[in-house]
Amino acid sequence: MTRDVLVIGAGIVGAAIARSLARRGVTVVVVDRGPAVGGTSGAGEGNLLVSDKGPGPELELAKYSLGLWRTWAAELRTELDARFASIEYVAKGGVVVATSAGGADALRGFAARQQRAGVEAHFLDASEARALEPELGPAVVAGVHYPQDAQVQPVIAAEAILASARRSGARVLPGTTVTGPEVDRSGRLVGVRTTKGTLRADVVIVAAGPWSGEVARTLGGTLRIGPRKGLLLVTARMGPRVRHKVYDADYVGAVQSDDRALQTSTVIESTESGTILIGSSRQDVGFDGRVEVSVLRAIASRAIGLMPFLADATVIRAYGGFRPFSPDHLPVIGPAPGVPGLWYATGHEGAGIGLAPATGELVAASLLGETTALEIDPFRADRATLSGAA
Amino acid sequence: MVTSAHVWSIDSDGVHVMVGEADGEGRESRCYRAAAVVLATGAHDRVLPVPGWDLPGVYSAGGGQALAKGEGVAIGRRVVVAGTGPFLLPVASSLLDAGCAVAGVFEAGRAGHLMRRWTVRPWELLGQPAKVLELGRYGSTLARRRVRYATGCAVTAIHGGQRVEAVTVSRLDASWAPRPGVGETLDVDAVCLGFGFSPRVELALAAGCRLDDRHFVMVDAQQRTSVPSVFAAGEITGIGGVDLALCEGTIAGHVAAGGRGDDSVLRVERRRRKVLRAFASRLQGAHAIGPKWTDWLNDDTVVCRCEEVDVARLRSVVETSESLSLRSLMLQSRAGLGSCQARICGRTVEELLLRTIPSHRLVGEGSIDRRPIASPVRLGEIAQSRAFEVEG
Repeated sequence: MTRDVLVIGAGIVGAAIARSLARRGVTVVVVDRGPAVGGTSGAGEGNLLVSDKGPGPELELAKYSLGLWRTWAAELRTELDARFASIEYVAKGGVVVATSAGGADALRGFAARQQRAGVEAHFLDASEARALEPELGPAVVAGVHYPQDAQVQPVIAAEAILASARRSGARVLPGTTVTGPEVDRSGRLVGVRTTKGTLRADVVIVAAGPWSGEVARTLGGTLRIGPRKGLLLVTARMGPRVRHKVYDADYVGAVQSDDRALQTSTVIESTESGTILIGSSRQDVGFDGRVEVSVLRAIASRAIGLMPFLADATVIRAYGGFRPFSPDHLPVIGPAPGVPGLWYATGHEGAGIGLAPATGELVAASLLGETTALEIDPFRADRATLSGAA
Repeated sequence: MVTSAHVWSIDSDGVHVMVGEADGEGRESRCYRAAAVVLATGAHDRVLPVPGWDLPGVYSAGGGQALAKGEGVAIGRRVVVAGTGPFLLPVASSLLDAGCAVAGVFEAGRAGHLMRRWTVRPWELLGQPAKVLELGRYGSTLARRRVRYATGCAVTAIHGGQRVEAVTVSRLDASWAPRPGVGETLDVDAVCLGFGFSPRVELALAAGCRLDDRHFVMVDAQQRTSVPSVFAAGEITGIGGVDLALCEGTIAGHVAAGGRGDDSVLRVERRRRKVLRAFASRLQGAHAIGPKWTDWLNDDTVVCRCEEVDVARLRSVVETSESLSLRSLMLQSRAGLGSCQARICGRTVEELLLRTIPSHRLVGEGSIDRRPIASPVRLGEIAQSRAFEVEG
C-alpha cells in the first residue's frame, strides 16, 4: 500500500502527480533543487495540443489529458483563492497551415489518420484558412483546423496545480537538492537524502524533466532522457491579431524528429495580455542556455513568412529553456527498471504542459491499484525503444 | 564612431547592432566581431514609487534635468526635488536655470548620518577638491536663490487629479520610516525624484560577465570582467561619476587595445581611480536607501507602471502561490513584463517581493536584469539581421 510519496521536481508534471495523489489521500512531498516551476514548465508556450500528434499512445494520452484540463481548469478556479492569477486556459483551437502543395498533401494525410483516431480535424483551403486567421499571408495554400487544441499560461498553470496539491495536504520544498538514495536491506528505495535532510517515502518519483537522467543516476537508476533547447520571442502588446494557435505543418515533423541540429518551425499565438508568442526552435546543445541570434533569425524569418504583419512587431523579450527529449518520442511513465521503489514521469519533450494532468492521474491510479483510464504500458521505462541515445 | 547605434544582442557571433533612430524605418543591421569588447553602458536614475508618482508632472531626477538643461524646458512653475544623493543639487540648479521655482530639495538621509559618512576619513577628501568644490558651488547657488534644502525628509505622497497639484513632505527616522503625524503639504505642479542609479547590465549579462551582489559588473585592476576579452568601465562597475568613468575607460581601452594595465602611461589614471572610488564608496554609504521606505506605500500604489501592477497585487501573488521564484512571481503579477522590461521597476519589485516572502529569500538564478534582447527590435529586423561581421 502506497502511503507516502516523494516527488522530485516541482514542474507541472510533478505538480500534477502531487495533486492527483494528494486528492486520493496520499501523503506527498515535492522537492526541487530550485524554486517551483523554475525549469522546463516555464520555458514554453503552454501548448495543450492534439494536432501535432499522430495516432498512437501519445495521442491517446493527449486526448485524455485535454479532457482532464477542461475539468482541472474549472476546479482550480473554484478551489483556489480568488486572487490567484488566471491560468489563462483558452480552448482556442489550432490552425495548422502548409505552404506548398506537397506540404498540403502530407498535412491532409496526417489529419485524415488523426480523424480516424478520434481527433476533430477540419480541412481548410487557403481562403477558409484566411477566414479563420485573417493575418495569414499569401504563402499559405491549405490548412487544418483542430478545435480541441487549447492553451494555458504554463507557469501560472503549474503554480495553480501545485497550490491545489498543497490544499490537499501536499508539502512543497523548494531549494532542496537530492544527494543520494536511502535503501533498505532488501535493496528497496525507501527515501532520499537531500541537502535539507533525509526524506522517507514508499515510492520516489523522478519528474525532473530534462534533468531526470541526472537525478535517476543519483538514485541508482538509468534513464536516457536528455535536453533539447527551445527559444521563443515575445512581442510588445498588439491586441488579439492571432485568434488560434497557428503553426506550420513542419512543426509536426520537428516534434517527431531525431535530428540533433537546429530545427525551426513556426508557432504563433496571442496571449491574454495582448502580446504575441513566436516560436519555435529545437536544438541539441546540451544545457547551454545562451540565446543565439542565429536561432532568433531563423524563427523570425519563418514567422513572417506565415504572417507578414509580424515584420513590424516589436520584440521585447526572448526566452527559452530545455525540454526533456526521449529517444522514441514517448514520455516515460512507470517503475524504474532495477530500482524497486523508484518511478519515472518525464520525457514529455514539448508536450508536458498538455500531458501533465493525464500523467498525474495515470501515476496516481497505478500506484493505488485503481483501474487506469488508459494503458500505462506503452510508457513503461523498460521498453526496448528507449535504449537509443538521448 | 557609429552613433544612433543600438546594441540589441551579444552572442557567440559577436555584437549585434541596429544603426538608425530607435523607432525609425530602415535601420541598418551590423554584427561586429572584435578581439576585445569594452562595455560602458552606464546607469539610469532610480525612482522609488510614492503614492501618486504615476501622475503627469512626476519626473525622474535625471529626466527632469535632461529637459531643463538639455532642452531648456521648465517642467513646472513650482517644482520640488526629492530623493537622496548629491545629484539632487545639480538637478535643482538646472531647474532654476530653466526658470522653475524650486519649492525645496529634500534629502532623505538625515543630517547626522550624512555628516558622519561624508566626513569619515577626512584626509581622503583632500584628494577631491574638484568634487567637493563642485558640490559647494551647487550648494551656494541654491542658498543664493533661497532654495530650501532639508535633510531627513522625503516626498511621501503626491496629490492631484489630472496632474500633480501638491506633495506631502514627511520627516523620516534613520530607517526612512516617516515619523507619524509630522508632515507638511506643499503646492507644486511638478516633482523630480532621484534615489541613486541602477547600472544597465543586460549586455554584460548577455556576454556572460559576473556581477557582484549589488548588481554591478565585477572587474579587476585592468577593468577585465570575468569573461576573457570583455572589459567594463564606468557606472556599470559602480556608481562614481564622470571623472571615475574617464579613468576606468582610459585603463580599459588601453588594456583592451593590447596595452598593459601597469604601464606607466596609466599612472595618473590608476591613482585617480583609487581616490575617486574611495569617494564613490563614501557617497554610497552616505546615501544608501533606507529599508523602511516601503512604509510610504499604500496597497494601491502602482509599482510597475507599464503593466499597472500595484503593491497589493505583488503581495497577493506571493501569498496565494507561495512561490520563491522571481520569474514566476513576475509572470503571475505581470510586474516588469511591459515595454520597459523591468528597467524602471525591477529592483523595486524584487525588494517588495522579498519583503513579502516569509523567509525573505528568493530561490534560483533568475535575474531581473537578464534581457537577451537588450533593446527593442522589430521581428523583421531580426529576420534581416546581418549574420557576419562587418568590420572590427
